[in-house]
Amino acid sequence: MDFGSPPAGGSGVNRDELMDQVKSQIAIANAQELLQKMSDKCFKKCVTKPGTSLDNSEQKCIAMCMDRYMDAWNIVSRTYSTRLQRERGKI
Amino acid sequence: MDSFGSGGGAGGQVDPQMQHFIEAESQKQRFQQLVHGLTDTCWEKCMDRPSTKLDGRTETCFVNCVERFIDTSNFVLNRLQNKAGTGELH
Repeated sequence: MDFGSPPAGGSGVNRDELMDQVKSQIAIANAQELLQKMSDKCFKKCVTKPGTSLDNSEQKCIAMCMDRYMDAWNIVSRTYSTRLQRERGKI
Repeated sequence: MDSFGSGGGAGGQVDPQMQHFIEAESQKQRFQQLVHGLTDTCWEKCMDRPSTKLDGRTETCFVNCVERFIDTSNFVLNRLQNKAGTGELH
């Protein structure tokens, strides 16, 4: 992962700035991954026969698909997190 | 990684607060990555046609999918450990 180049005069790097940079790079990487997966899944579901443009029904389908993908992501995140806590409670 | 945690000083060693930050962010990122992957896998198993909301059956499928995935991981780990114990794995 590329965290960006350090500012000139390296030893003057503020630790808090660095941590903020790292956090925002991570957030960007996660957003990109989400975008890529959403595009992939919704293309597969909604664009069955690619035409010369995205027609209205395809666009509606993609919009719905994006919302459902976010719903799914949230369910998976919640379920996984809860399960992890349960597993940890057993130790 | 044995140069970490020995406090500040020369030679580019990482201070303890930084090390804690790195460990925390790494753990968060592992979680995120797993959610991305599981959402992908479970979408393939559970989703037919996207509609205006996730119906109960589909939502249950996602929940089951996550739980059964973790069961599978545990099963795989346990069985591999048992095989290693009996010397079947070289």
